[in-house]
Amino acid sequence: MPVQVIKERNSGKVLNVVLGATKEQGGTRTHTITVGGQTCLPFLHFEGETPNRPVIAIEVVDRYPDDWNDELKKAYGDVLHDPAAWAKKSVEEFGADMIYLRLQSADPDLGGSSPEKCVETVKSVLAAVGVPLAVVGCGIDDIDNKVISAVAEACAGENLLLGHATQENYNTITAACMVHKHTLIANSPLDINICKQLNILITEMGLPLDRIVMDPSIGGLGYGLEYAYSIGERGRIGTLQGDKMLSLPTLGTVGFEAWKTKESNASIDEFPGWGDQAERAILWEALTASTLLQSGLDILVMRHPEAVRLVRKNIDELMKPNKVD
Amino acid sequence: MEIIGERINGMFKDIKEAIINQDKKVIQDWAIKQTENGASWLDVNVGASAPDKVAAMKWLINTIQEVVDTPLCLDSTDYDLIEEGLKVCKRPAMINSCHADRYKIERVFPMAKYYNAKVIGLAMSETSGIPKNADARVALAMEMVAACDEFGLPFEDLYIDPLILPVNVAQDHPVEAMETIRQVKFLSDPAPKTVVGLSNVSQKCNNRKLINRTMLAMLMACGLDAAIADANDDELMDTAAAARILLNKEIYCDSYAELFKSRKY
Repeated sequence: MPVQVIKERNSGKVLNVVLGATKEQGGTRTHTITVGGQTCLPFLHFEGETPNRPVIAIEVVDRYPDDWNDELKKAYGDVLHDPAAWAKKSVEEFGADMIYLRLQSADPDLGGSSPEKCVETVKSVLAAVGVPLAVVGCGIDDIDNKVISAVAEACAGENLLLGHATQENYNTITAACMVHKHTLIANSPLDINICKQLNILITEMGLPLDRIVMDPSIGGLGYGLEYAYSIGERGRIGTLQGDKMLSLPTLGTVGFEAWKTKESNASIDEFPGWGDQAERAILWEALTASTLLQSGLDILVMRHPEAVRLVRKNIDELMKPNKVD
Repeated sequence: MEIIGERINGMFKDIKEAIINQDKKVIQDWAIKQTENGASWLDVNVGASAPDKVAAMKWLINTIQEVVDTPLCLDSTDYDLIEEGLKVCKRPAMINSCHADRYKIERVFPMAKYYNAKVIGLAMSETSGIPKNADARVALAMEMVAACDEFGLPFEDLYIDPLILPVNVAQDHPVEAMETIRQVKFLSDPAPKTVVGLSNVSQKCNNRKLINRTMLAMLMACGLDAAIADANDDELMDTAAAARILLNKEIYCDSYAELFKSRKY
């Protein structure tokens, strides 16, 4: 008996957002990456278009990440002391589509690097890799406003993905993106209403909607993953129904969330029933990522190379056509 | 919710005089004012007294199109006049309106298809007049839905109008209009759109705006998609914005009312 496939008719579409800029476009990247463009829920290829595959950004920190788990440190080795080498290894050996550089050392408690020093680091990473780059600050508004503005100016035309704009602090970074031609990460605290409002506030300043990527915040497996999933899904359904103010690609800091959980860090001696810690932590990150892919995440910011490999394989399979006629 | 701004109508004194004096500014001011306050469409009606209606219609359309991109809703019972207007519309327009009489459907629907226009279909005919109850209105509405299929007009390009009478003279009608909308939405998949001439409900009543916006919210809850209304009635526009939130048609954000008027979705 033939089965009638019920297809949803969507009126809306996720906007295409381009990351990076080549030499001809005023930057130095070897290529750009386009995210978004979907006209259907994630990977329902029989219902609409998914023109761009989700991308994996590997997280690079501008100081030795002494607080990271030893398994992560082991995976990268010596390059953790040098952000440029770390980025290069992430791209060349581990296949990162892009680099997510966290300028954590700007934090006074973690080194207090000056804006000039931060610019130098960003430049060194840009020189080491050809992929598009996301750059975020240390998380302290006053400092980030200075650091990210300096980076935006020094790298004008590169179309970096700069973060974070929040509801409390978006003016300076939005202006920096507008003036120096970058794309903005709009970060909201797991709240779809604030997520939308922030996009309105940013576009009211004059930054076009297609120069924003939303980071609606996520939780790792066991730590609010379902909630993050439902926020992502709600936003994507709203987009497909025509809500233009939410129709943007999304980014999630998967590695950060997965690796701060107890389950990723507790040793097998502590919990013998939980199995090998390294394997468990890698799966924790991979599972967090693959779950959120299903809620529409476009940019996955990840840490462990093995988790990256697993998720890339998952994306390969999800991107295969599943058209039914 | 699509608000069709009702103000450019020769029945209003200032518009009537502007047509006679060829005073573009009056028309253009209203076109801009209504658009800026969130009108998705602008109704264009030359009124009863213009000596050369075709010339007046074309002049109104061209005058409006000089200042705004808002699509137009051509309002007349004279289909030849509407067709002359459609010829000069830069964007797909709306035809206001067509009765459920067969000969009118045969005149209007092919014209709508040819000009890629939408059609307001009134749930009444010459023989039935305005039906008293919802069932009779639904029957007429469904004839027009069937005609969409016949003439190749997409269902969503048909806007069924259940007809609204002044509440002070026909108090039993608003609930029938609401029920008509509910059934029209239920009976057809995909469903046609629905529209009302909202301000009619409060003709000669006290505190008209209160009645208008209350009626709008109630109709929206039944599935109303569009209303020919006063786009510069801020409380009405805010009511529409709030109703969209309450009906879960739009994800809430603090600027929901401003967003509705800015038509950024």
